[in-house]
Amino acid sequence: MKNTISHRVADFLKGFPPFNMLSIEVLEDIAVEINIQYLDKDGLVFKEGDNPHSNFYVVHKGAIALRKAPQNEMVDLCDEGDIFGLRPLMAQENYKMEAKAYEETILYCIPIEVFKPYALKNKSIGNFLLESFASNTRNPYAKKHRGKLYGETSGEENEAIVPLFDVQQVRWSKNIISCETSTAITELANAMKLNKIGAILVLKNKLPIGIITDKDLRNKIGTGEIPISGTAIEIMSSPVITYGEELTVTQAQMGMMASGVSHLCITKDGTPHTKAVGIVSKHDIMLSVGNNPSVLIKAIQRATKTKEIKRIRLSILKLLRGYLQQGIPMTITSKIISELNNACTKQVIELNLKKMETPPPCSFVWLAIGSQGRNEQLLQTDQDNAIIFEKESNGDGEPHKSYFLKLAQKINKGLMKIGYEYCPADMMASNPKWCLDLDSWKKNVSYWISNPGKNEVLLSSIFFDFNAVYGNSKLSDELSDVIFETLKRFPVFTTHLASGALQSPPPSGFFRSFLVEHDGANKDNFDLKRRTLMPLTDAARVLILSHFIKGINNTAARFEKLATLEPNNKELYLSCSYATKALLKFRTKQGILHHDSGRYLDLNSLSKEERVKLKRTFKTIKEIQELINIRFKVSQLL
Amino acid sequence: MIFSFFKNTRTKSPTNHPQFWVDYVAQFSKDQNIDIQSKFIVLDTETTGFDYENDRILCIGAVLLEKGHISIKNSFEVYLIQEHYNSETTPIHGILKKEKKDKATEFEALKNFLNYIGNTPIIAHHTMFDVNMINKALSRHGIPPLKNKLLDTVALYKKSLLRSPLIERKDHYSLDELADKFNISKKDRHTALGDAYITALLFLKIYKKLKEKTGQVTFKRLFIN
Repeated sequence: MKNTISHRVADFLKGFPPFNMLSIEVLEDIAVEINIQYLDKDGLVFKEGDNPHSNFYVVHKGAIALRKAPQNEMVDLCDEGDIFGLRPLMAQENYKMEAKAYEETILYCIPIEVFKPYALKNKSIGNFLLESFASNTRNPYAKKHRGKLYGETSGEENEAIVPLFDVQQVRWSKNIISCETSTAITELANAMKLNKIGAILVLKNKLPIGIITDKDLRNKIGTGEIPISGTAIEIMSSPVITYGEELTVTQAQMGMMASGVSHLCITKDGTPHTKAVGIVSKHDIMLSVGNNPSVLIKAIQRATKTKEIKRIRLSILKLLRGYLQQGIPMTITSKIISELNNACTKQVIELNLKKMETPPPCSFVWLAIGSQGRNEQLLQTDQDNAIIFEKESNGDGEPHKSYFLKLAQKINKGLMKIGYEYCPADMMASNPKWCLDLDSWKKNVSYWISNPGKNEVLLSSIFFDFNAVYGNSKLSDELSDVIFETLKRFPVFTTHLASGALQSPPPSGFFRSFLVEHDGANKDNFDLKRRTLMPLTDAARVLILSHFIKGINNTAARFEKLATLEPNNKELYLSCSYATKALLKFRTKQGILHHDSGRYLDLNSLSKEERVKLKRTFKTIKEIQELINIRFKVSQLL
Repeated sequence: MIFSFFKNTRTKSPTNHPQFWVDYVAQFSKDQNIDIQSKFIVLDTETTGFDYENDRILCIGAVLLEKGHISIKNSFEVYLIQEHYNSETTPIHGILKKEKKDKATEFEALKNFLNYIGNTPIIAHHTMFDVNMINKALSRHGIPPLKNKLLDTVALYKKSLLRSPLIERKDHYSLDELADKFNISKKDRHTALGDAYITALLFLKIYKKLKEKTGQVTFKRLFIN
């Protein structure tokens, strides 16, 4: 029975090979037979060695990780429109790898019996499948790197950090910016500026005959050799070095080295006599390597779609994993990764600002609050954010709030798409309570400080670690000033904040007395965030606020500052700073291991040494809590 | 079993209920043990309006959910011939213009629907509205109301929310609102089957949230009837 859903499924399939080689009528017939499967993150599709299912799979939403024993190395990540699990069905063998949902995923399960006749009948489909099996990539037409579907597992542990990239296909940009031989230099330079590219292709009769790069502009125009009133043909480098579509990273590198150029042109058959289909720059190759923060930052800033940012985030994660394995100090690691994460957020904001019909009616600032505000968020967790906009209205009766709420909704959604889940407590800028003009915010924080009830202290502890990520930071500075002025007038608030910091004492030791959490899904795990990181974060906050120090949000940095302010407690503060970093590292490693926020620690996965380290942090937390208890006379509150 | 007699003889029951109702009721003989692996029917109806008395069902759409799978073949979609069509209620869903669709009489549609759902628990968004609409239609033909166990994605969503002073709880959450929250594509919104599909995904996502929150989900406590 054809129906609304089968139409939709067919409509989706027709956008991807090999289904695009079938008529829509055939797709409709196939679609009727399809099962739609929903999977949680980590939901299993099949295990290595399992008997083949009666259907193969197409990813509709989300992503599926294909992993191979013995090291469980991820050989491929399939996303929207990718096919997997087909070859074993065709070859009638068992699955050679494991397929698990990398994130929440919707799959279309296509019965092989239904599909096979079409694959046999339709030669182009058969060829596509043969090619994709033979080339070891899932999709021979895929322009981006697809991993090696049947890759031999690499021998050494360390190689896993940087996967063998040299035989990968280069991911090149299909979006060719080009000009004619007669195009004016100023015009082509503007096109390059607008598209933020370093090279522009010169076409004649649609064939690439030359290329103009930043270098040409510098060496030929900048030096005065050729007047700026000239045309493309006068400054272009010619001929263009061309390659075919299957260019690998190594080939590209060799090609660039051999001819001393920084850009290669991809043409239909690899010669300059066919249509140009893409351009590869050194930058693209660097990106394939994926372990260079400055390249990643550039890639983020160039992203024109949220989806691109999501892909870059995978590289950031790879970088993070590399840093952790290579033992790069946590201070540096967290700085770089936070910078990258902030750049992603900024870009999401930029992209969504462009989607608004009008520019903002007044200046505003986007605040990251909570852990992101403290630059302690290495892995993606929930998003916590807020907006301060300059004023309620421009006096024309048109309130600004609706504009910023609309903007915030888009941004929150964009952030969700790149992997920051919605805040379960709705502390997001799209919540009318967290999207306010400066005066309302001032009133709010003053109220919280002067009436420190339980909720007010809770709200303050989340909000006061704000960090201006995008926009007019004068607004957030002004708000900080108000916070500190009010704090001076209501010292009792600090006591309440201190009491909040003592809410969860650390566990006293291991195992017998080790407190494991009892809330369902995580009942065998230790809540690293609540029991260790939060007490330290809360302690640092109340101490630094009591010294009226502003502008330091990072917990470890706060403790380091405190160590200089109070020499007599220097040792304790430094060990707090150390503990914070160590715990953050624990959390990040756990998060990478389980592909989640890393909040819950799997006790069995710890080595003896790690346990000792962890236990040492408990002691430090205990000491800092005692100090707070005495200094702020918290017990008097009771 | 009292109904088995009638079933075998294929006669009308003494209360003059049609055979399909008799067959339907017969399936509720024993207690059902329901967990996430069980079968569920996810339902949506499009109607001419919100008045149980005067408005009519335009279309019933439903998908069968089993172990996280939705089988397209086993979905249900029926458009109803509008006998008492009030021209003042202009088409809302664009359904009325689609004359090409195969249409069934209300009686036929209900019969097929009951055959389709059997004793499977029903999930919907604001379930009571759809169920009341169907029950009203049943009663027009002298048939008693549905007997299936009912789940409501709105009620489930409310249960899944954190208890926090920062969260405002609302009585109503529209399907649009929750689809946005859970990042579900809203294509085919306002077709009964399309909405049923969205509701099915929503149910799975909310279930996951509930499980994370409470550890174990007991369906017995979640049914609204």
